[in-house]
Amino acid sequence: MDFGKLFELVVASSLINNFVFTMFLGLCIFFGVSKKMETAVGMSITFTMVMVVSAALSWVVYQFIMIPYELTFLKIIIFIGVVAAFVQSADTIMKKVSPTLYYKLGVYLALITTNCIIIAVPLKNAGEHYNFFESMAFALGSGLGFGLALVIMASIREKLEVADVPRPFRGLPISFIIAGLIALAFTGFSGLITL
Amino acid sequence: MLDLNIVHFISDLIQFINHVPLPIAGVGGGIEAKESVDLLELVKFAAAFLLGISALFGIGLAFAAKKFAVKEDPRVDQVSDVLAHAHCGACGYPGCRQYAEQVVLNPDVSPNLCTPGGAATAEAVARITGKVMEQLEPKIARVFCQGGCSKSVRRFKYEGVTDCRAAILASGGDKSCIYGCLGYGSCSRACPFGAISMSDDALPVIDRVKCTACGVCAQTCPTKVIEILPMAKEVLVRCHSKDKGPTTKKNCQTGCIACGLCEKVCPYNAAKVENYLSRIDLDKCRVCGLCVRKCPTNAIMDYIPKRPKAVVTDTCIGCHACAKVCPVNAASGELKKMHGIDQDKCIGCGICATKCPVCAITGTFNYSEVLQAYEAKKAAREKAKAEKEAAAST
Repeated sequence: MDFGKLFELVVASSLINNFVFTMFLGLCIFFGVSKKMETAVGMSITFTMVMVVSAALSWVVYQFIMIPYELTFLKIIIFIGVVAAFVQSADTIMKKVSPTLYYKLGVYLALITTNCIIIAVPLKNAGEHYNFFESMAFALGSGLGFGLALVIMASIREKLEVADVPRPFRGLPISFIIAGLIALAFTGFSGLITL
Repeated sequence: MLDLNIVHFISDLIQFINHVPLPIAGVGGGIEAKESVDLLELVKFAAAFLLGISALFGIGLAFAAKKFAVKEDPRVDQVSDVLAHAHCGACGYPGCRQYAEQVVLNPDVSPNLCTPGGAATAEAVARITGKVMEQLEPKIARVFCQGGCSKSVRRFKYEGVTDCRAAILASGGDKSCIYGCLGYGSCSRACPFGAISMSDDALPVIDRVKCTACGVCAQTCPTKVIEILPMAKEVLVRCHSKDKGPTTKKNCQTGCIACGLCEKVCPYNAAKVENYLSRIDLDKCRVCGLCVRKCPTNAIMDYIPKRPKAVVTDTCIGCHACAKVCPVNAASGELKKMHGIDQDKCIGCGICATKCPVCAITGTFNYSEVLQAYEAKKAAREKAKAEKEAAAST
């Protein structure tokens, strides 16, 4: 195991290739839950956990079932199924085992099922031939990156509530402009790792 | 020993996973390119695979749903259906669902906490949960400031964001009176029911019909000038200024200058001046509106739009009670003869109507309540009498 490579993967997926700001994936949730800091933090935690577990499940399914049977062309459908089944069962189990956690994070689970970052990570893992630990590192980094994006956006939008925004830009339009500006700032990370 | 075994096992596992041979190149992530593909066979296999894996997931989910089923009280859904679904947080819970759960499961949670739903909702919740329904007193948000732009003085010109919470950061707001309404409309934007509009004088106006007393505006207001109070108490000192009289007068034309006239004139000792501010004790106040007429700065407001004057009906027994209690000496007459009320003097305070032993005074704003109370009293008296007779005959 090469820890240097794993660390590089975490940094690369969270900062340099941040899913929200450089690939513009998962924007529906990004704009939906970044209105308040509290929901943004809850979403980030849930999102990272689901991301890591679903990436692990998808990796196992991909390596031990799909490659041996030469079914890799089905990966999009299968990964969607794996993630959906996992999220649904996590929802059911969490409700029984830990109701408090369910009330804190349960509302976000349903939103996550159909998120494009959640499906993008297993697809990328498969495409890049990452091994198990690299997949985990990539998923963790992606989750952290999404969390970072959410927290940045939520803190800006909380201030934006009282700002004097021109009428046509109020609400979502100004949020899109801000997301664009942050994305521009995130391009500054692009030289962080040199090979 | 056991720990060592686990460590060995984990390291074995890591090594195993690391040594899984990974395909390096090919079509679609790992398949070697082929000259020809038996399409029919492939489709059949893929379909079978998809069916199999979805059946596996389905069975797994069904098993999880069965094994980890949470027994939910059906009453929770019923309660949830009757709640107002404004998610305003007036009940003290983050959402309507949480309140529904708590009110069903926790015997100490009162069924009348959903203020937007009002009495009907409280009754329905009490019926479903089998709790004792306590009468929910209708409440409304009241603004304790009348000093709009035209009536108050400003210390400086504020040109920042038009929001009270931002304005108060600029050394407590631009108004000379630090207790008053800043007038930038945070409350009207916060109101989930659209019940607050801003008047031309930059003061919030509460819509009696739309307001549900959820208290969101009171929480939002940075100067705490909005209070949630019973709707029936319609006479209030609409000022929060604890400045001394001369200072208040300098800052605002309609502030309470703590002159104490209301205290003197109140027949029920409800008004009281404390810390240079008069406040009406809502338990004692009978909404007669006497203080409203006496207040020199019009700081006391009567929310009743029109007070009709009192009229004596011919059931009058001439007990002279009305003449004794009338604060403006409008009622007069001789004992045991029908009394009269001077319509020029009467201010429609309704005190005589409440005092009349035979309910002979009509026309005042509180007549319906008085009549109700009278009927209830009469019924109780007759019931007691009937019981007494029944006891005497046996």
